[in-house]
Amino acid sequence: MTSGRRGRLNKQWLWVGLYALTMAIIPNVLANNYYMKMLIVLAINTIIVIGLNLLMGYAGQVSLGHAAFYGIGAYSSAIMTTKYGMSAWLGIVAAILVGGLVAYLIAIPALRLKGHYLAMATLGFAEIVHILFIELREITGGTDGLYGVPAPSIAGFAFDTPQRLYVLVWMVLVICLVMALNIAKSRVGRALRAVHGSEIAAASMGVDTAKYKIQVFVLSGILACVGGSLYASMAGYVSSESFTLTVSITLVTMAVCGGMGNVWGAVIGASTLTIMQEYLKSYNDYNLVIFGAILILAMVFMPQGIYGAFSDLAKKLKHRLQAIPETAGEQHAAS
Amino acid sequence: MQFDQLLQFIISGITSGSIYALIALGFTLIYNSTQVINLAQGEFVVYGGLIAVSLYAGAGLPLFAAVLLSIIIVTLIGVVFERLAIRPLINHSIMTLIIVTVGASILFKNIAMIIWGRDPLTIPAFSGDDPIMFFGASIIPQSIWVFGITMVTVVLLQLFYKKTITGKAMKACSINQTAAKLMGINSSSIVLLSFALSAAFGAIAGVLIAPISMVSYSMGGFLGLKGFAGAVLGGLGNPIGAVVGGILLGILESLSIGFIASGYKDAVAFLILLLVLFLRPSGILGARIKEKV
Repeated sequence: MTSGRRGRLNKQWLWVGLYALTMAIIPNVLANNYYMKMLIVLAINTIIVIGLNLLMGYAGQVSLGHAAFYGIGAYSSAIMTTKYGMSAWLGIVAAILVGGLVAYLIAIPALRLKGHYLAMATLGFAEIVHILFIELREITGGTDGLYGVPAPSIAGFAFDTPQRLYVLVWMVLVICLVMALNIAKSRVGRALRAVHGSEIAAASMGVDTAKYKIQVFVLSGILACVGGSLYASMAGYVSSESFTLTVSITLVTMAVCGGMGNVWGAVIGASTLTIMQEYLKSYNDYNLVIFGAILILAMVFMPQGIYGAFSDLAKKLKHRLQAIPETAGEQHAAS
Repeated sequence: MQFDQLLQFIISGITSGSIYALIALGFTLIYNSTQVINLAQGEFVVYGGLIAVSLYAGAGLPLFAAVLLSIIIVTLIGVVFERLAIRPLINHSIMTLIIVTVGASILFKNIAMIIWGRDPLTIPAFSGDDPIMFFGASIIPQSIWVFGITMVTVVLLQLFYKKTITGKAMKACSINQTAAKLMGINSSSIVLLSFALSAAFGAIAGVLIAPISMVSYSMGGFLGLKGFAGAVLGGLGNPIGAVVGGILLGILESLSIGFIASGYKDAVAFLILLLVLFLRPSGILGARIKEKV
């Protein structure tokens, strides 16, 4: 039992290593700024969707408001650096602190709600935040946004080109992935899945459901803030248009399309949809028509998401492979 | 603030609130039959308005014929949508279905952009533009149409629920689908009907609002959001709640323009929504249901 579990764990770290390596090699193959920026966006989306996946797939709590945290992260960074002249590192720290605090304050009342009411509350919260981004002109620059967000630098080495910034984003991504996989395997992960299954049953088994729900919400909010902060560094400016309801919905779509309840689902969903969106841009006006159609078809044919579809397929194949020798043996015995 | 000004804000709030109410009603019908939040609901409104524009200005039909035909076409779109995208997935998780409606809304919105372009379009008001004075506030005739037709729709829906066997079956499905099926109710035709009616209500909202605020391909998402907010405010699943919630949202929003800066109009509406949700999580008219284990 113990050795089997450990075996599975080791295999998982092997996957993490492979993924980290692939993500590190790709930029060497596609060495131009356009692809680099796409890769950074892909990595940032993955970071955010990993958090959403923990929230939705493990704890079963839907958020239609993660664009707000994404935005809070980006604006906190931008305001700290452009208005108060702080370094980009302090900007990231500020993003985490502000985002974590806001997530905590909104989580306490919101997570008492269930299902669609929770979705509506997070959506309403995100709309309010979005309006504040536009209306608080003195702080946020209104519809113009804020320009001149610096890139972080360490001992004279600035992450100021897409290639350099990617290194930083890549490190953050790997850390987030490892953290999420650890959480999923831990007591907390099991508790979250119990909450998803039946909150009342989980509570009666002694799981402090409210505490775990708030913790995972705050964590997913912080991951979105980190993503936003990195985004601000990449783009060099922030504007309210980047943090609309559409962005919230796109993030949720990535989580669902990838496959919920598994951290790798988040990685697959965020990567696939980011690449697809970028690729479809060449179709101009038809771009989103195709995107919408693919989304519907994907759900019709892979309702469990891409990860779910492939793990089903793998199970079937394995089952078939195991079944063949057995039946062959039986036939032999019968004859 | 003067009384006539206050009245003016309330009247314009009732007008936009009626539109929210019709959209909220659409959300409620689909929610009751499938538990799904149809995020493409706002697109039905847009299509209702835009198809009416094409039939009136493009095909040269008389206004009322164009409006009626537009509602019928959108109803058919709702039926086709249910058949192609919802029916195959009806036994899958609610989240999967909601993502399908997200896909549909993106698809509908961008097809509309290709067909009708980016500029807002309009049809003439149903009975002229001469405002009627009412205690110092002026009412445009189209506002009366909006409120009147919304009320007629609500009353007809209630009659449908109470007097017809199909309506009773629909109500039974919303209360307990399994029990309804055991009683011989064909729940999948009820789902189809709920999509048809939701699309029709959306289209009605679209043709009503087109003369006042014009219609453009991109306004569906925002209208849908307001309708959803109205439905939740009134208590999700309760048709009367949807109407009360929608109109209340419209009035609150309109008053906030009067009392606070107009930029914060939407923020105020959502703030009130959050407060209602936090203080009374089942909406103002929703029953406090204890979850069964």
